[in-house]
Amino acid sequence: MGMTATQKIIAAHAGLDSVAAGQLVEARLDIVMGNDITIALAVPEFRRSGAEKVFDSDKVVVVLDHFAPNKDIKAAMQCKVCREFARENGLTHFYDVGRMGIEHALLPEQGIVAPGEMIIGGDSHTCTYGAVGAFSTGVGSTDLAMGMATGENWFKVPSAILFRLTGKPGKWVCGKDVMLHIIGRIGVDGALYRSMEFTGDGVAALSMDDRFSITNMAIEAGAKNALFPVDDTCRAYLDAHCSKQWTAYEADPDAEYEQVIDIDLSSIRPTVAFPHLPSNTRTIDEVGTVELDQVFIGSCTNGRMEDMATAAHILRGHRVSDRLRVIVIPATPSIYKECMEKGYIGIFLDAGCAVSTPTCGACLGGHMGILAEGEKCLSTTNRNFVGRMGHTASEVYLCSPAVAAASAIAGRIVSPETIDIEGDD
Amino acid sequence: MRNAHGKAFVFGDDVNTDVILPGKYLNVTDPVELASHCMESEDPEFTAKAQPGDIMIAGKNFGCGSSREHAPLSIKYLGISCVIAPTFARIFFRNALNIGLPILECEEAAANISAGDVVSVDFTTGVIVDETTGRSFQAEPFPPFMQNLISCGGLVNYSKEKIERRKP
Repeated sequence: MGMTATQKIIAAHAGLDSVAAGQLVEARLDIVMGNDITIALAVPEFRRSGAEKVFDSDKVVVVLDHFAPNKDIKAAMQCKVCREFARENGLTHFYDVGRMGIEHALLPEQGIVAPGEMIIGGDSHTCTYGAVGAFSTGVGSTDLAMGMATGENWFKVPSAILFRLTGKPGKWVCGKDVMLHIIGRIGVDGALYRSMEFTGDGVAALSMDDRFSITNMAIEAGAKNALFPVDDTCRAYLDAHCSKQWTAYEADPDAEYEQVIDIDLSSIRPTVAFPHLPSNTRTIDEVGTVELDQVFIGSCTNGRMEDMATAAHILRGHRVSDRLRVIVIPATPSIYKECMEKGYIGIFLDAGCAVSTPTCGACLGGHMGILAEGEKCLSTTNRNFVGRMGHTASEVYLCSPAVAAASAIAGRIVSPETIDIEGDD
Repeated sequence: MRNAHGKAFVFGDDVNTDVILPGKYLNVTDPVELASHCMESEDPEFTAKAQPGDIMIAGKNFGCGSSREHAPLSIKYLGISCVIAPTFARIFFRNALNIGLPILECEEAAANISAGDVVSVDFTTGVIVDETTGRSFQAEPFPPFMQNLISCGGLVNYSKEKIERRKP
């Protein structure tokens, strides 16, 4: 029986000719990544295990992005633990404030992750790197600690769902809408324990930033990982960012899938997930009147260059509504700099948005945009669980950067189609 | 490994890590302090009511969301002896076992055990007994290596020998 692309990557790292769904294997790791929250919890476990040094100082990546710049004294102490650990181990890839970006935007941008690699990260959105053809999955701090110590971990080989994409997305539809649409269809456990593998002519119609948004939210469908094929678009991205040697894996023609789902990209409308599950989706045409207190544009899901460009395109020459505040966070220093060079930061500031240095803070209710009781936030982030961004009686609505920017102007959730946009017909 | 015996607390579907342990407490690493916030946004009285040994029963996809190990740690250090649900989110599943918190997938038990029932679990056989109603349910027992991993306190203790072998 043939293997899925995910299964082939796992087999190659387990030193086996083939693996089958359900099999338990021990596999070699190419990259082990953690952030200030998960490394802080992993370091004591690492020490308790008797390990003295990480298995490879080029392959362990530490990014201080969650509660950094240090949000309070407790966070400062946690970041200190991470900083000391990174220096002690002489890590090549240690990213502190100033060079730090949101990890899942930063690692691909810096060329740290490549096709065919086996990657674990102490962050659930580690599944993002499937956009560049890597097997990549989130783990907790104990797995992270043992991964850093041994360069290995155990895995249960997943079965897969195949998503066959056709058509091209409409003008205001991006990867985020595609993924919200999928999660709305299959539910928050629709891909539980499984791989989500993408294929079909429609893949070519998706930019790398679209693909990163899609793989990023695979965890919101319960998936173990998500995987895009390495096509011309991906190769061009890798040529620009990654100097590693890599191997791309393709599924066997007779690979077995638990389910095959056809998605016509041209039929997807801008989509919003209502509180309190990412699967509680409605198209923009069905949202009704939802007045907003805050709009957030950024995060590991939607803080990349295209997201910033879309938001700037819509906000140019407009002022955001007086009833709300808008926070924009470019995900990495190089995205921030490019936003500056292209005049986007000026557009955001003129529109009345706050623009910040990279941090995950607001998305997980840590800092930089906490919601009060009864407040509603429209956000380009990935989770809208009860209390996710603040008070347990606040509400989070998830959407694309285009819908977020348009709604920031209107003061309520609207389609970008309703906004007069400079330079558009 | 030690079997579980205690009173059941029942929760719904898709209980996520933001509900188990909100993001605002992720600047805390002390597991006892984390335990004092366990499930507080769902039931502020839970930490006061739960006694050591008590058991959590939940709906599908328990622990979905973030990879924060703070979530299962808060449950373990509250003294919960077992969580039973039809399915668990996969990162939570690994994390729970890796820190030595026993969790069992059993749809029938999750659907039929009521809040306040006294429940016992035999991890060797996978048999769950609702002592209040007298009904018993069969879960897939842990394979011996996993029983060993849990009873020695989790993956770190389990891996110590392997790490020792790597040293020059």
